Amino acid sequence: MILEGLARLGRSGLGTLERLGRAHLLLAGMVLGIGAVLRRPGLLIAQLFNIGVLSMLIIGVSGLFVGMVLGLQGYYVLAQFGAAESLGVMVAASLVRELGPVVTALLVAGRAGSALTAEIGLMKATEQLSGLEMMAVDPVRRILTPRFFGGVLAMPLLAAMFSAVGVLGGYFVGVGLLGVDSGSFWSQMQSKVDFHEDIVNGVIKSVVFGVVVTWIALFQGHDSVPTSEGVSRATTRSVVHAALAVLGLDFVLTALMFGE
Amino acid sequence: MMGMGKQRGIEILVGLFMAVGFVALFFLAMQVSNLSAAVNSDGYQLTARFSNVGSLKARSPVSMAGVRVGRVEAVSFDKDTYEAVVTMRIDAATDTIPDDTFANIFTAGLLGEQYVALEPGGSMEYLRDGDEIAHTQSALILEQMIGQFLFSKAGGD
Repeated sequence: MILEGLARLGRSGLGTLERLGRAHLLLAGMVLGIGAVLRRPGLLIAQLFNIGVLSMLIIGVSGLFVGMVLGLQGYYVLAQFGAAESLGVMVAASLVRELGPVVTALLVAGRAGSALTAEIGLMKATEQLSGLEMMAVDPVRRILTPRFFGGVLAMPLLAAMFSAVGVLGGYFVGVGLLGVDSGSFWSQMQSKVDFHEDIVNGVIKSVVFGVVVTWIALFQGHDSVPTSEGVSRATTRSVVHAALAVLGLDFVLTALMFGE
Repeated sequence: MMGMGKQRGIEILVGLFMAVGFVALFFLAMQVSNLSAAVNSDGYQLTARFSNVGSLKARSPVSMAGVRVGRVEAVSFDKDTYEAVVTMRIDAATDTIPDDTFANIFTAGLLGEQYVALEPGGSMEYLRDGDEIAHTQSALILEQMIGQFLFSKAGGD
């Protein structure tokens, strides 16, 4: 009875380790496959279209509304302290440091990551991946690697768009609707937001999130049980794991980057 | 032929995506952050010694007549004189600071951040790169002022 419980614990532990090992082998395979992507940039462009261009609308609209809400809420709080002129700093710093990279990563995980998992999972279920292998084409290099680099490249650009549109949204609400002075909105922002400390760190964050979100999505698809149920479960897991990983990593990265 | 046209459309859209992404990054760098101000870091360096700098930090503004003319580059401690050494970088355009200029550390607003305010003297000799400002006044520490105020009240009664 006790032995049975121990054995079950051990089995699940070994299973987790095995999955982790497979995930890292897949990551190594994709990173080493960068040469294949450079030789055939057409594959990468197609994935940049799928992950980047098709996500632009949701990123732009979300960024605008997040920025506008920040402008509104920030104004109400700051106005109580007579510091409404600092609205620009608040909007820009929170977007560039946190909300831009994190919300973009969550949206991309839902919009593009789930699609990647379903696509790869279905390719596996319909034995297209095995078919490629039988034709001596490495499916990791041909199918997964371009998707991986597409995601890694698209994420920081999408996050930058999110933050930029958000700042404009905050400007629209703060200066346009609530009457904060336009000059101090920008000048306070420029004097308090640091290029290296805030912008570059935000970009580094979103590159890390790009790696993590696409890696999880591709691994879940590649490792899915090749049935309709298996693919649907893998898609759910892909979004949940990616969201948890992004939020957890964000805390670690923030602690490393912005601690004094 | 249809396939080619579609591929070309995708390429154009991806190109547009990359361009918009880089424009957004450029906007963040130039309009949102202090990079545009940091670019002209070709000014000259001045130092000043204070017995107390309060919470003055690197990148705090240096201003004359309320206009920013430079930034604090570094704040360090001199272990021989027990003074704080503030290194400032002044914009190259502001090259007529007299050598008897007075450097104060003021606070912007009641609880705002601290900055160095330069009050020009009357000398015809100008400070140059690497010079030290001789006349300084330390930061006003709120706790000390309250302490002194209470002390003088107690002494007066």
